[in-house]
Amino acid sequence: MTNRRKFECDVAVIGAGPAGIAAATAAAEAGKSVVLLDDNSVPGGQVWRGGKPSDESPAAAQWLTRLQRTTARQIFGASVFQISKTRLEAETATGTIDALFETLILATGARERFLPFPGWTLPGVVGAGGLQALIKSGLPVSGKRIVIAGTGPLLVAVAAYAKQKGAIVVCIAEQTSWTKFAEFGVSALLSGQKSRQALNLLWQTHGIPHWKNSWPVAALGTTHIQAVRLSHNGKQSEIPCDYLACGFHLVPSTELAQLLGCNLKNGFVAVDEFQRTSLPGILCAGESTGIGGVEKSLLEGQIAGLVSSGQLDRARDLAPARATTQRHVNSITQAFALRKELKALPEENTLVCRCEDVAFGKLQQHSSWRTAKLQTRCGMGPCQGKVCGAAAEFLFGWKIVSIRLPAVPVSCASLATLSVGAKSETIRGGLQ
Amino acid sequence: MPERVVVYLRGKQIEVPAGTSAAVVAITRDVHCRTSFDGQIRAPLCGMGICFECRMKINGKPHVKSCQVICTDGIEIESDD
Repeated sequence: MTNRRKFECDVAVIGAGPAGIAAATAAAEAGKSVVLLDDNSVPGGQVWRGGKPSDESPAAAQWLTRLQRTTARQIFGASVFQISKTRLEAETATGTIDALFETLILATGARERFLPFPGWTLPGVVGAGGLQALIKSGLPVSGKRIVIAGTGPLLVAVAAYAKQKGAIVVCIAEQTSWTKFAEFGVSALLSGQKSRQALNLLWQTHGIPHWKNSWPVAALGTTHIQAVRLSHNGKQSEIPCDYLACGFHLVPSTELAQLLGCNLKNGFVAVDEFQRTSLPGILCAGESTGIGGVEKSLLEGQIAGLVSSGQLDRARDLAPARATTQRHVNSITQAFALRKELKALPEENTLVCRCEDVAFGKLQQHSSWRTAKLQTRCGMGPCQGKVCGAAAEFLFGWKIVSIRLPAVPVSCASLATLSVGAKSETIRGGLQ
Repeated sequence: MPERVVVYLRGKQIEVPAGTSAAVVAITRDVHCRTSFDGQIRAPLCGMGICFECRMKINGKPHVKSCQVICTDGIEIESDD
């Protein structure tokens, strides 16, 4: 029978990226019993993926070390599939986790937004962050020709990373305009925190053509991408490549917050200056409250951790720094807003839902996400609309509603552990 | 930790550097991860366990997200067809 482990804790933190790490650390350092869960196999989230101390980021090493010194219980490879205001259920490779908590901190982060265009389902077309994640899990790219496309600050970071790993980055195709990009660049250079990072990236990507007003029109190939057709300043050209790394900025992962009934604002989890959501006892920190990067996530995580342990004064001390990161969120949002031409990329037979193979033409006949789901099965495959939902929202202006439990696909064995009388052992507190 | 691990990709024994994910083993050997509903071959997209395009049969278990599986010695990896 599937093993069920039961925990009782003061604070449960979902997501072990920078925000979750900072939140768990701050709460545990204040003496709270903390359980920190993540579906990845190691802490770090996406930005510190594979987080080995001593790695590229000194902040990562510092925070991971600080977390290890606390009593926070860390559980990896755990996907939360059921949640209420006092309890969560997660599936692991060996069984399920049942955690009872007083306070919940959601640090579920963000994922890439993918937009459909002809050929985007071909092997070799990956996300921009996707490529970086794959390189970090061993993909050799030395000598490979890579086109990086889409929008957002991530494109330049991925270009720098791939180049450092020996890839031939053919070009960066950024959909936004020169003007908007320049405004963003200036605001990044003027902000103390970001300027060194921005200059570093500019230096590292020196020599890579960085096109603006440019986007992929089609990925070409039969069993693997061979070339990408890019639109650049209104003209199209075909560029041979081994990989197309394409992502249209990030979208917040708000499913668990929505399942709980937390209010959203502009698609993000609405929080006050103490990271409190609209529901008592539930806080949210990091990218799911607004896309702003590592510094914002660390600050919000710390604030949430401090608030969960009753240290409102210390949380208040971080407010000015938090306000600065908020300005960065706004600057990113304005600079990388999607242009309407991208809505015209999918053809009638271009798939939008990759899980259920639902084409654009089939979706055009519907007036809402709900009817599209019911009639076409769009968004009802294993990813549960996490890819096509963000695309449909942009293409059709649909509101992505009706998120259901279980939050992720789980085995029947795991669901069976929810039944009364299933074998379990209770572990009190976050002590190791 | 050993520097290399032995994996079985579609039954064929190969060696890969330790720390390599099952998804990366498939990509580098031109093996697709899964076949879609309409019969298209698919390979990893998001790299972070969100999109489910990389699901494969791992150690006999179907529908496992291969991008989230770091290869251990003797792991068996097959396309999810």
